[in-house]
Amino acid sequence: MVVVSTHALTGGARDRHEVAKSRRDLFSSCLRVFVAVIALLLASSAPRAAASRVISIIPATTEMLFAMGAGDRLVGVGTYDRFPPEVDRLPRVGALLDPNVERILALRPDLVILYGTQADLRQQLERAHVPYYPYVHRGLADITQTIRSLGARVGVEAAGNALADRIERQLADIRSRAGSSARPKTLLVFGREPGTLRNIDASGGVGFLHDMVEAAGGTNVLADVKQQSVMLSTELVLARAPEVIIELRYARGDTTAPADLRAWDALPAIPAVKNHRVFMLQGEEFVVPGPRVVVATERLAKTLHPEIFK
Amino acid sequence: MAAPSNLRRRLLATVAGFGALTIAVCLTAPLIGSTTIHLSRVFDRTIPFADNVDAQVFFVARLPRVLASVLVGSAFAIAGVVFQAFLRNPLASPDTLGVSSGATLGAVVVITFHIDSAVLGVSAVPVATFAGAAGALGIVYAMSIARRRGTSSTVLLLAGVALSAFLGALNRFIQVLGDYTDTFRSIRWMMGSMDVGSYTDIVVALVPIAAACVAISTLPRELDLVSIGAEAAESRGVDVRRAERVALVSASLLTGSAVSLGGPIPFVGIIVPHIVRLIVGADHRLVLPAAALFGGAFLVICDVIARTAFGAAGMPVGAITAFLGGPFFLWLLFRRMR
Repeated sequence: MVVVSTHALTGGARDRHEVAKSRRDLFSSCLRVFVAVIALLLASSAPRAAASRVISIIPATTEMLFAMGAGDRLVGVGTYDRFPPEVDRLPRVGALLDPNVERILALRPDLVILYGTQADLRQQLERAHVPYYPYVHRGLADITQTIRSLGARVGVEAAGNALADRIERQLADIRSRAGSSARPKTLLVFGREPGTLRNIDASGGVGFLHDMVEAAGGTNVLADVKQQSVMLSTELVLARAPEVIIELRYARGDTTAPADLRAWDALPAIPAVKNHRVFMLQGEEFVVPGPRVVVATERLAKTLHPEIFK
Repeated sequence: MAAPSNLRRRLLATVAGFGALTIAVCLTAPLIGSTTIHLSRVFDRTIPFADNVDAQVFFVARLPRVLASVLVGSAFAIAGVVFQAFLRNPLASPDTLGVSSGATLGAVVVITFHIDSAVLGVSAVPVATFAGAAGALGIVYAMSIARRRGTSSTVLLLAGVALSAFLGALNRFIQVLGDYTDTFRSIRWMMGSMDVGSYTDIVVALVPIAAACVAISTLPRELDLVSIGAEAAESRGVDVRRAERVALVSASLLTGSAVSLGGPIPFVGIIVPHIVRLIVGADHRLVLPAAALFGGAFLVICDVIARTAFGAAGMPVGAITAFLGGPFFLWLLFRRMR
């Protein structure tokens, strides 16, 4: 600013050459100021530089970072992170219920991805001036949104956007292919006491499991129950009369045989049981709302519409 | 002590009163639910069972729940009466000696290490629960045998509390070893559920429960005397140690069976005995049958509320027992105090 004003004051009576020189100086000074202002503006709008030492304690966000090519920025992962196999080389720092703050801080992260509900951990990180990213576990649309904002946060915005676009495209493709045929009333079970029909947990009408069923061309029989998980009684199963029952198995070491599905034979009035449309799908991708939702949704679609998805 | 004829009259009134309540509750409960069913269709023999939704709702979804609730509620209530009398402590409950913690440990081990998956088609959880209860029971039994004459029941009570805490710690330790999905399943199991879905589990639990009830039914006089004081009982010719052994083992058996059938349902075992005593007095000849009947009816009512009052999603029955029983107990207590 001082430079500009000096030039303006000295721009009085002098020869042509001098005027031209002073104009040139004025121009270059203005340019310099302009660049400085822009730099200042950029610095204030981007509060933090791209994170390069990231800790993700959530399986879904860990997978997202690897899928967008930012896996090398991870310096620590959660106890339950298993995919991709590279996570096994990283230090574990606890998870939702037992985050190890000491270990987290010792890894000197410049970004910690945690569950939005981990209020204690958030406060501790705030006190230590460690930036964090609060993750919220919701529907399918939130997955790609999280991928985009995480990509920007760790400095791979383009890759993040590309990954999100690809997932949205693939899901839209599954949706349109499944859309042409009838939508079976589907019950998506993600927990049951083996050998019996006790302690059944199923997807309600909120969350990515529900979204995946709908995207795969099914109608969730519990769509009206606005909860992510519903504790289901046998009476409610009978009342809702699902045409397809899909049981998800995802625990490590879960070797439940598909024969366990015979437990459903106790309720022969359910159309799914009557027409032998009770299925078991095994895979961790069903409970990790990350980039593998496409694989999971496709497997659901294959189960619901075997004639379309071969 | 009441005169024999007077007692007989009061016993008759107690059993008739609480019996009528229990029967009425058990007959009404299967008719109530989140779906509408028609009894004419339920018992319509012309419709094959496989196609009869009403019959399946009645016979698979509701009736086993009612039967399991009666059984579990009774077992917890009787066990509570016995523990409170023999430990001479109004705060004693079926879990005081760690039997319920032992049962929970069994369930958590099976769930965490996926032992259930190995046994094809048979749910290993109730079996392991019962085994866990039996293990804790063994320790309790050893303690009661080792207990020398003159040792106060407070020692046994303390030992039980310590064992219970130890088993609880072991529980949490094993849960941490497991996967988060296992932890979720364990927590789900610990909430308790009456939706047993089959009669086999009920019959399996009925056998030890019936045996324990028979054993306890021989003890009302001992319970009366011991709850006043061990020395008073002994001066009246009661073999306190034998009676105590029979009572503690039987009550633990009741607890283990009830937990393996329905999960560790809180509150019933500690408060129902007090509710019953407020109504019929302290005579165990009246308290025992009244607690058995009232405990059963109470849990059936709680289960009906759990499965109907909260819309489609339902509610764990353990969340209802204290919610409903707590205010009722306080009301009875304050009415007495005035």
